[in-house]
Amino acid sequence: MINPIDPPRRKNPLLRTRLPASPPRARSRKSHGFTRAAAEGRFMLQRCAACNTFAYPARDACPSCLSADLPFVDAPRRGTLLAETTARVPSDVYFRERAPWRIGLVKMDCGPTIVAHLHADCSEGAPVRMSFQLDKSGQAVAFARPEEETPNMDDDRQWREMTADPKFRRVLVTNGRSAIGLETVTALQAAGAKTVFVGVAEPWRPFAGEQHLRKLDGIEIVALDASDEKSVANLAADIGGKVDILINTTEYIRPGGVLDRKGTAIAREEIDHAYLGFLNLAQGFGPAMRMRGADGVNSSAAWVNVLSVYALANWPAYGAYSASQAACLSLSHCLRAELRPGGVKLTNLFTGPVDTEWFQMVPPPKVAPRAIAQAIVAALKSGLEDVYVGDVAEEIRQRLAANPKALERELDR
Amino acid sequence: MTVEKTQRASYDGVVMAVPVTIPYMRYSIESAQWWIGRALSALVAQAGIKSLDIDGLCVSSFTLGNDSGVGLTQHFGLCVRWLDTIPLGGASAIAAVRKAARAVQARDADIVACVAGDANHVDSFRQTLENFSRFNQDAVYPYGAGGANASFALIARNYMRTYGVTREDVGRIAVAQRANALRNPNALMKTPLSIEQYLAARPISDPIHLFDCVMPCAGAEAFLVMRDDTAASLGLPAARVLSTIERHNAFADDPMQLRGGWAKDIGELYAMAGVTPDDLDVVQTYDDYPVITMMQFEDLGFCKKGEGAAFVREHDLTIDGDFPHNTSGGQLSVGQAGAAGAYLGLVEGLRQVLGTAGPTQVKAARLALASGFGMINYDRGLASGAVILAGPAR
Repeated sequence: MINPIDPPRRKNPLLRTRLPASPPRARSRKSHGFTRAAAEGRFMLQRCAACNTFAYPARDACPSCLSADLPFVDAPRRGTLLAETTARVPSDVYFRERAPWRIGLVKMDCGPTIVAHLHADCSEGAPVRMSFQLDKSGQAVAFARPEEETPNMDDDRQWREMTADPKFRRVLVTNGRSAIGLETVTALQAAGAKTVFVGVAEPWRPFAGEQHLRKLDGIEIVALDASDEKSVANLAADIGGKVDILINTTEYIRPGGVLDRKGTAIAREEIDHAYLGFLNLAQGFGPAMRMRGADGVNSSAAWVNVLSVYALANWPAYGAYSASQAACLSLSHCLRAELRPGGVKLTNLFTGPVDTEWFQMVPPPKVAPRAIAQAIVAALKSGLEDVYVGDVAEEIRQRLAANPKALERELDR
Repeated sequence: MTVEKTQRASYDGVVMAVPVTIPYMRYSIESAQWWIGRALSALVAQAGIKSLDIDGLCVSSFTLGNDSGVGLTQHFGLCVRWLDTIPLGGASAIAAVRKAARAVQARDADIVACVAGDANHVDSFRQTLENFSRFNQDAVYPYGAGGANASFALIARNYMRTYGVTREDVGRIAVAQRANALRNPNALMKTPLSIEQYLAARPISDPIHLFDCVMPCAGAEAFLVMRDDTAASLGLPAARVLSTIERHNAFADDPMQLRGGWAKDIGELYAMAGVTPDDLDVVQTYDDYPVITMMQFEDLGFCKKGEGAAFVREHDLTIDGDFPHNTSGGQLSVGQAGAAGAYLGLVEGLRQVLGTAGPTQVKAARLALASGFGMINYDRGLASGAVILAGPAR
């Protein structure tokens, strides 16, 4: 059993901030099958299509029958910890700073043995539940947790290296005026965030839920208009050094595509708010977050974007909006690469139409803002990179994987 | 249809000669090429031949950079008609003598120089760890970057728990080897080691503690392989190769390593040599960790599986003891000069049966066994091998 972590002490401004080191990053190309699994929180192993043997580590031929047909498939997560060790003097800076570090060898019920990072409550001979996690280098690693829940499970020191748990962290929600933003604030508070900064553009304009927010402890309403470079810079100068998680809930949703609009005025607004807003936020807050990736219990940990699933495949009914989201998705991959040296995760949530005014005429199913908020917190707590919220988003993901052309034709209705 | 396994042909007429050790250094700014060059130079000088008389070359090293064996022929002015580069880590020396033996038997070559050498710069060891193998890169190194220590810690813990082995049992091997090393002027470890000191050492990766680990260093080892008629014409004292075995990825279905590939092949090893384990005068095991040596005592037939600890308690493993073992001090006390670590035991065993081991000489040693073990690619050591040698007196 592990003790709950203590709240971080106030930072001593005289001490140098420890710079983030990265665990070993090199992987074979095949091994990125696990990266893909970890990004979505799936547990996948290679299983031979010819003889059904599970294999690990990543291989280019089946060790049982030499077939090259070794797809990554969802695999049973249960295994048994055969042996453990505690590395006390590793040769690598990242692990040396975090030693002692516990690892073990797990025999999976489905066959292979896997070297894994261990949750402190794992014990030899006992069953474990396996996952692939993205470590601070952004690469997948196997992680063994006890099969049953244990007290304070998420406070485990090694587990917390793999996640961006909001507990004791300070979070900026960029758009508090939206339903998603407001629900996210509530969910983050419930998850133990120390402070939630709530960005509000034009704060003199009242908004739904404002009175409730102002009464809560641990909430600070701040002036922020993401589309305004100066507004972002002002806020970053003020709180940039204490934003551990940034949740980009900036949204600008208008129906319509290309031919039924006149001119580019609306498109400019869409780009200003969604794309340039994201860029402004990244330039304002990204550099400090990248520096503070190893800054103790409340180190910077994650950047979250709430994106439309139509970033992945254009929905002509909201065609120009879809394009603005695609631009954001592409930019997010650039930012992910740039935040990586800091060990800061970049998580994208893809949602279908949300149950708000701008999707008024869209028939259900629609995603409740609360479901998105809960998905954000769950993604942070388990360290995911790509999350599909709701049935529409999940269906688009599957159809895109099955046949992108079919999806393109069928979205044109 | 099943494929018949056939009996391997004998090593009749194959001998080893000219054991060479280039004394190790903890750190050296010299390259692997420099160390290998020193070893070749010593081979030629001690054999009384010219370097162009060497017509076969077999090289092992972790730190040659972009050089392969063929680049070395030009570097050292050799002109060989048989060439091999063996990247088998701790099994490289056994594999080298096996391949060279067949080359001289088949007259593909007359004199094969088998050489292993490695540099040790301040950062060499970490770089070797990082770039060891694909499985290691993908599935071991990102887990604490503990290198071989962490991987062998898992094996050691499981082995010790399974057979009720204590750290003190394992420590007897390290302590005896240190006693041997005090008689070897080339050993890097020059202070006595007591079992109390062994037990009190700081943990590295539990249950591996400091004196379970080898010290990486720079150095080289070498020997010549030829036919007995060639040795006779050169007037070189030589040892006959009686028998050898080699095995890779044995017992792949064992969930964890409790035995090495030797266990599969020792029947053939002793049968071909026409000897039993009791006949051996001196034994050189591959001691990257003492627990691996204990495993070898079992798998090489000196005791039954699970009785390694009792065997160690019941025998004196020092030079003058009843079971002289790793008489140079082994890698644990001499140092591990990369791939030369694979050669250390075989070269010392050759010296023993030739009667030229000097201060570490076992009286009347005529029959020696040397083993190799290597390549912890993922969760276990994959390569194993052994050689039995007979000196001229037998």
